[in-house]
Order: sequence, then structure tokens, then C-alpha cells
Amino acid sequence: MTGVRTPVFTALALILCAAAPFVLTEYQATLAGFVGIAAIAALGLVLLTGISGQTSFGHATFLGLAAYTTACMSRYGGWPPLAGLPAGLAITGGTAYLLGLITSRISGHYLPLATIAWCASFFYLFGVFPGLGGFNGFGEIPPLFPGITRGTAAALIGLVLIAAWFLCANLLSSRTGRAMRALAQSRIMAESLGIDTAKLARASFVLAALLAGVAGWLFAHVQRYVSPAPFGLSASIEYVFMVVIGGASQLPGAIIGAAVVVLLRDQLTEMLPRLLGSSGNFETVVFSLAVILLLQYAPRGIAPALFRRLNRPTPDGSTRTLPCRRMSTQGTLILDTTAVEKRFGGLIAARAIDLSVHAGEIVALIGPNGAGKSTMFNLISGALTPNTGSIRLLDHPIHGRGARGIARQGLARTFQHVKLLPEASVLDNIALGAHLRGRAGMLRSMLRLDRAEEAALLHTARIQAERVGLGDVLDEPAGSLPLGRQRLVEIARGLCLDPCIFLLDEPAAGLRLQEKQALANLLRTLRDQGMAILLVEHDMDFVMDLADRVTVMDFGEKIADGRPDQVQDDPIVREAYLGGVA
Amino acid sequence: MDQTILLALLQDGLTTGAIYVLLAVGLLIAFSVTRVIFIPQGDLVSFTALTLASVIAHRVPGTIWLLDALCAAALVLSLIRGRWRAVVPYGVAPALLTLATCAAARYGAPTPVSMLLALTIVTALGPLLYRFAYEPLGEASMLALLIVSMALHFVLIGIALYSFGAEGVSTPALTEASFDAGPIAVSGQSLSVGLVCLVMVAALRWFFVRTLYGKALRAAASDRLGARLIGVDHALSGRAAFALASFAAAVSGVLIAPITPLSYDTGFEIGLKGFVAAVIGGLASYPLAAAGALIVGLLESFSGFWASEYRNIIVFSLLIPVLIWLSLARGDTEDRA
Repeated sequence: MTGVRTPVFTALALILCAAAPFVLTEYQATLAGFVGIAAIAALGLVLLTGISGQTSFGHATFLGLAAYTTACMSRYGGWPPLAGLPAGLAITGGTAYLLGLITSRISGHYLPLATIAWCASFFYLFGVFPGLGGFNGFGEIPPLFPGITRGTAAALIGLVLIAAWFLCANLLSSRTGRAMRALAQSRIMAESLGIDTAKLARASFVLAALLAGVAGWLFAHVQRYVSPAPFGLSASIEYVFMVVIGGASQLPGAIIGAAVVVLLRDQLTEMLPRLLGSSGNFETVVFSLAVILLLQYAPRGIAPALFRRLNRPTPDGSTRTLPCRRMSTQGTLILDTTAVEKRFGGLIAARAIDLSVHAGEIVALIGPNGAGKSTMFNLISGALTPNTGSIRLLDHPIHGRGARGIARQGLARTFQHVKLLPEASVLDNIALGAHLRGRAGMLRSMLRLDRAEEAALLHTARIQAERVGLGDVLDEPAGSLPLGRQRLVEIARGLCLDPCIFLLDEPAAGLRLQEKQALANLLRTLRDQGMAILLVEHDMDFVMDLADRVTVMDFGEKIADGRPDQVQDDPIVREAYLGGVA
Repeated sequence: MDQTILLALLQDGLTTGAIYVLLAVGLLIAFSVTRVIFIPQGDLVSFTALTLASVIAHRVPGTIWLLDALCAAALVLSLIRGRWRAVVPYGVAPALLTLATCAAARYGAPTPVSMLLALTIVTALGPLLYRFAYEPLGEASMLALLIVSMALHFVLIGIALYSFGAEGVSTPALTEASFDAGPIAVSGQSLSVGLVCLVMVAALRWFFVRTLYGKALRAAASDRLGARLIGVDHALSGRAAFALASFAAAVSGVLIAPITPLSYDTGFEIGLKGFVAAVIGGLASYPLAAAGALIVGLLESFSGFWASEYRNIIVFSLLIPVLIWLSLARGDTEDRA
């Protein structure tokens, strides 16, 4: 949220909280409290679903774990409610961590199915576990404070919500927040930038569960009664509905969704049965129809319609930069593959490939379709592991290290089909590349202890953006740029990694002539500064004009290697391309 | 445990397992063609039982009005686009079905006729639900489809509660016969469940392997774009898959209602068990899903005997190791398209 508006919104929210005990009737205060509790839980789901792209149909389970923990402690153990919060969070967080360990192994569409499964399991577990009061639950749970009024409780919930909001908002505008968004967009891209996607997915999962835990703790002491029903599959799905209705990709979506669902339900619960002359949960039917229609016609929910995508403040002219690696002297051997072989079943996609790239050199890897260029590219960048042979980067073996480890060694890459966060700003996209050069984790980001480092990251990103000529569009959403400039964003992002070698996958594809010339000039500049560049490219004019050396592959074998003019005259190369001597 | 109990549990487990086989196969067909995990299938199981019980009790079932409403909406939409031929499937056919149902409810009908009516009504609902809930989503993500499935489930149980009330119903068994087989009595119902299940599976196999429509559906399932390019109508194949899935649900409803009383919301749980079985089959393999369904049925029956309260926990927890195994076996298929 930008400059002026944050304090205004905060002041407004605080005044609302302060006024709640005096203005609201008991009934309104109760409702407001439930909106707040639901919003805290929904914030967690927004972080999980909308931001980091994982889905949970078991969110209510975590409210349940915290609620039952604190309820048992205060009712049977005589502990004060405040003691139930850390205990509840410990149990919720611990369970989420264990489930996350398991479920982060589960990929794609199996993940939501797994959450359905454990949500159903926990629902029955709450119902049959000895001492938890069965499916009817138990009551007489002490309130938050002795003698607390509904209004005060609502105000307290409001304060907790504001605090949770700030923690989440801080997180989103940080190194970790960017990485979470990258996780949702493409794990391959995230790993290539050095982001540990499995660990980050687990961390977001635990964070979402902890927010649900706070909500569950409040729920137990406000409702003063716990039973399995509010923590079952239906309740979990209702949180998903809130997030869909409100808008999953933005924090306000959580509050809007929670308010719409809780308040409408309150109205509908009375109205619908009277209207239909029959009793039942018909408000759920209305929500469900609303969700179906929303997903059909406005899948992004309400929030984006109300809030323009909120641009981040560009940091205050801080000019601290990040430490850079020392560039190798021109001509140092950077990348070296020896006798690399990759087989897919019976097909040998790369056979005995020797390839080298030196500092200050542009090497182009060319060949007809199916020659094995992409295989080589994937082997070097860590997407594939060679069957035999070795790949060395600055004399460290990198084969089998995985994309993340290779990025750490100083290899940056672009993708044939541009992989960006289309809705994030150009600057954010580029700063993503500097992920490995920052250290601030989730907790430090949430508490805003990362500001100095964050400013340096963004400053570095700005420098790289200007270097590739994107200085005029820093705050535009990356997806709104033409393809040529999107490729430049990828290149600037890679440069932020401070690489010693840059792998470019068909960088000229889809570019106009001027864009190609600009790209070629940029790559020459980088080369002259001592970077090693390896590109896979189909555009022969572009390659022959730019490359210092060309390696030609055909049917998985290297058939030529030399200066562009040498290669062009090579009869074997001509035969490979033209199918016989022309 | 003595042999009698063992055999009785085995019989119970295999009977319910056979019903889960039908549901799992239906889910797989719907999923492979449309990528939709048809969670509301379980609600259609309840719909069938409630419709049948309602006709037998001389009440016009609410499901027929739901069908009529959906058909009317589809008819209007078709006529706006100038497709006059839609009058037959969306106008004449539901009108005839409504007449027959009302007549059966009013004057009474033999049980097989009532069963046939219930089967027809529920089967016809499937494609219409697909038409209105899923088709407008186009190429939406799996996640959006899954959320719509959940939402549709709530809509259906709301409708079931409104039109049938909260009471559970039992319907007449296919046969009251019972055979002595050594130490236990094998009920005719169990045998007919197994028989119907086998016939259904064989018929589906014949349909998919031998008929042109079946082949077209398989083509649509294995490569959506490719099938579209060779002229397989995308919307039509989705509706056909949903018709098959809802038919499987309807048959399951007729089979299971004599064994376990069903109310408006209990079908969902049965559907989830079929879903567990389908996931065991990796949402792809029919034989594995069928084996999974029998395992779920047996597990449920045996755990119901030893630890009945933990029955559902055991069945649903079974999914987690299966999902992990599937993810590891398949590798990552993650990038958002």
C-alpha cells in the first residue's frame, strides 16, 4: 500500500476498534468479532492459495487444533486463556509442519485432494478422541478476560487482525514475498533463481496454519464452545469460498470475503428459511451459487475491482548496492562439459558432447530441430542430469546439483517461453533475480527488519533494469510489456543473480529487428565486461553476427565447432541443415 | 474372530466395495475427459435413493422439477441461438419424463418401473450440471474446477434437503432371496450388487473399446486438443462423460439404498469413498481404481468391526500415503499453465 494511504487506513482501523465497545450493540459486536476471526484465518489462506499458489481444503482443521488445545487447557487444566495461545500455536504449527513435510512431496492437483483427506480425518478425530466431548463438543470455556464484553472482544479481535494484516503486508513486500509469488507462477523458474521451493512451500503452509491457529484460539474463547462441526470439511471450504469471493491474490480479499460471507450468512440464515418455508443451511447454497458464478465470470473476486493493484513505494534513493563477485579475467574457462551423454530410453539425445565457454566469449549452440540443443541446455542449467560425463562451472562439478545449486554457483538463465510474474511490477520481477544475494527470511521480513537489505536489493534491481533499458517501465506490470521487453526483464532478472555465465534460450525469437539489434548490443556489452554467454538460437543472422564461436549439433552429436564463418562453410553443417550438399 | 464373522465382514466389504467400483469408474470417466473431479457424484447417489423412495411413497420427487428447470434453461439458451432441434432433448423428453413420473407417483408403479424412472432422472441431471456449472469455465485451472465441484456439492445437498427433507430413506432390495453358503447366508442383494457391478463394468468396457462414441470419448480423454481437431465435439464429450458418471451414481444409489439408509447428505460420504478409490487408481487406471474400491470397502467393513469409530479416519488417511506414492512416481507436473 502506498505512502499516504497506509497511516490513514491504520488510523481509521484503530478508531473503529476503539469505538467498537461503545457503538456496537451486543449482537453487532458478536458479528463483527466473527468477521474478524474469519478474516484472520482467510489472510492465511490468501497467503497460501493466492500468493504461493498452493491450495488447502483443510484450513479449518488448524483453527480446530488451536481451539481444542486452548479449550482443554483452560477448561480442564485451569490455565489462563493467554497460555492457550502459544500452546495452540505450537500444536498447530507442529502439525502443519509435519503435514507440510508429507504434502510438499505431493505435487500438482494431488495436493488439494490430500488436504481434503486429512481434513476429513481430523474432523472424525475431533469427534471420537477421548475427552473432547464427541461430536457434540463441550462448553464452559472461559472468556478471553473475566467479564469481557462482546464489544471489547470485537475490539481486541480487530487489533489482532490489524497486527496480522501488517505482518502479512510486510511479508508480501519483501524478498520472501516475491519468492512466494514466484512459487505460484513456476517452480522451475523459482528454482533457477536459487529459491528452495519445497522449503518455501512448507514455510508458507506453516504460516497459513499459524494464522488459522490465532483465529481458532480467538474462536474458542469468544464462542466459549467447541465442537467438530466448525472445523470440518464444509467449514474449510467456506474459507476457500471467502477467499474466492474476496479475491485470492490480494490481502484485502481476505477481509472482504470474510465480511461478505459472515454478514450475508447472518442475513440469509433468517431470511431464506422463512422465504422457502423450510429449515436448513440454504445460505450455503446461495454462497455456492455465487462462487460458481464468480468463477465463471469474475474468477479474480471482488478485491481487484475495488483496489487498483497496489504499487510498492520505490525506496528512498538508497544507493547501497550488494557486493558483487569478482569477474574472471577475459579468457578464463568458465563452463566446460566433457563427454556428456544423456539417454531417454533408447534415444540418445546427447552423445559425448564437449563444450566450453570462456569469460568474455559468446558461444552459440545451433542445430536443426531435434539436434539435442535443448537437452544440452537443460543438462547445463540443471533441469536434467547427464547419464555420463561431467559438467564443470569454474572448475566445480555441477552435474546433478539441481537448478538451485547451479544458480548458486553463478549460472543465470532465461526461458524459451518467458516465465515472469505477469502481475508484479517490472522492478519486482527483476529483484526476484537477486534472491540469493539477500538473506532476510519470513520472520525478519514480517517484522520489517529487512529494510536495509531490501533497499539494496531493489537498488540493484533498478541498476540492472536501467542497464537493459527498462528504466522507464519499472512500475508497470511485467505482463503488460511487449514480448521483446519481457525478454529483457528476464535478462535483467538473470543479471541480478550476479552470474559468471548467462544461458539464453532462443532470446531473439519473436523480437522485431530493432529489438534484436538492441539485444545484440546488450549481449556484446556484457561480454566485454567479462561475462561468459551461451545461447541456443534459431535465428542464423542473429547468431552469425553476434557469436564469437558456434557449436553445431545434429542428432545428439557435436558436428562442428568454430568461428561463425568457419562453421558456415563446413560441408557437414551444410548437409545437416540442407539435407545434402546444396 | 471366528470364521462366520470373517465371512460376513468379507461379504459386506465386497458388496460396498463393488458399489465403490461403480462410483470410482464414473469419477475416472468424468475426470479423464473433462479434468473435473466430480465430487457431487455422491450427492447424486442420495438423489437417486430419495427419488425412488419418493415415487414409491406416492410423492412426486423434487428432482424432476430440478431437471425440468435445468432443461427449460438449456432450451431457452438453445432457442436464442436458433437451435430448434434442441426442442426434442430439452423440451419433449423432459415433458414425457415428468408425465411418467407424476403418473407413477400418483397411481403407483411396479418397483422396477420406479427404479427406471429414478435412474433416468438422475442420469439426465449429470450432463445438465456439466453444462451449467463447468462448461462456462472453459480452460480454467484444475483448482477452479475443484472449487466449483465443492460449491455444486453444497447446492445439491441444499436442493435435496429442500425437496426431500432431512429424513433417511431405505428402498426395496432387488431381491429378498438368500442362499446358504456354508457357515453364512449370502444375501441375494449382495449377489445382485456384484452382478450389476460386473455387467456395468463389462458394458462400459464394450462401449469404450467397440463403439464409435466410446472411442471418441477415449480420444477426448487422451488428447483434448487432438480430439477437437479431428472433430470430436468438446462440450458434447464432456456431457457424455458426465452422463456416464451420473448413471454410475444412479445405479449405485439404487444398489446401496436397500443396504444403508440414505439421507440428503450421506451420499457425499459414499462419493468420497469412491473418490478415494479413484485416487488409488492414480485418477487414470481403471483396474487399479477398481482394486482400490474393493480395498476401501473391505477396510471399511473390517475397521468397522474392530474400531468402528475410527472407520472413516482409517479410510481417509489411506489417501495420504497413496498420494505421496503417486507424486513420487509421477514426478513433478507443476508449472501453472
